[in-house]
Amino acid sequence: MTANLAELPALPLHTAGRYVAGAYIVLFALVLIYVAIMAIRLSRIERQLGELLELAERGREEP
Amino acid sequence: MLRIRPIATASPSIAPRPPAAARDRRPLYGRGLRTLSLATVAAMVLALALVFFYAPLEAEQGFLQKIFYVHVPFAIVALCGFVLGGVLAIVHLRTRDPRWDMRSYVVIHMSLIFAVGTLITGSIWAKGSWGHWWVWSEPTLVSFLIIFLLYATYQPLRFAIEDPERQARYASVFAITAGAFVPLNYVAVNMATAYVHPRVFSNTSNLPGSMALTFLVSLLAMTLLFATLCKYELTAKHARMQLRALRRRLTEEADTPARRPRSAAPSHEPPRRTAADFQTSTATAARPIEGTRA
Repeated sequence: MTANLAELPALPLHTAGRYVAGAYIVLFALVLIYVAIMAIRLSRIERQLGELLELAERGREEP
Repeated sequence: MLRIRPIATASPSIAPRPPAAARDRRPLYGRGLRTLSLATVAAMVLALALVFFYAPLEAEQGFLQKIFYVHVPFAIVALCGFVLGGVLAIVHLRTRDPRWDMRSYVVIHMSLIFAVGTLITGSIWAKGSWGHWWVWSEPTLVSFLIIFLLYATYQPLRFAIEDPERQARYASVFAITAGAFVPLNYVAVNMATAYVHPRVFSNTSNLPGSMALTFLVSLLAMTLLFATLCKYELTAKHARMQLRALRRRLTEEADTPARRPRSAAPSHEPPRRTAADFQTSTATAARPIEGTRA
């Protein structure tokens, strides 16, 4: 069956273009999802750092 | 008169700076991240430009063959990442340094994401080329799926073990075993297959020069992307650990029992200081130091 599949004619550009675009969109989607996750993590770290800074300031004011 | 100079203290505002040697031993995963990121962006842009403006159309598959430049590098980097995870796990078991477990974990985690990319782009290519999203009689596809499913159990395995040290040890054993399975699987499939899946390593010499160059640049770009994402992940995890350690010291939770929330991710943050540790450090601080007598 697979040997016959290999002999199928090439798809015309307007059809093949959709598949190629789909494959490259997958690549960029993965990267963008990762960037979004990293952005969420970064904002959490920033918030926690702010809390710690506040805590440190308070500790300095109260001997 | 006896003057007492504190040696160690829990207060962060007057805590002494660690000696230079200790500071150097701390991992700085963010070092070189900017250069690596820029190199990745440049390589990705170059690879895309070569794919769409330089590489010729393939005679049989036409424009559809452009998927080759994203699918195959995805697969190669994912499989090499799995093997690398096993190598890092060997180093972890030899040195017992939890940082190697962290690296092995991050590399396997990232390889799993790349494996998802391989499966999706492969399915799209199969649909365009063969008219089917998945062909169960194709050994390369099925063997890759088996490897993916094998590594999909890595995170649940880690999560199932609460003790961090045991978790790291068992995960390393898993990573080594599964990492050895990857090349064995590749060789077995290569020996057994008589089908039509494109062979990259055995047929690279058949590629025209322009296609081979485009493929190699794409592979380099994908490798750089993998390395950059791993470095980002390591840096983020390390920053979170340091933040947690700092919070512990600031809030002075020393009396609470050491308890780490259950997680699949490894942790190599410094051990929590207990009340006994503080008593010891206080006693040390109260000890007179030579030459301080008035």
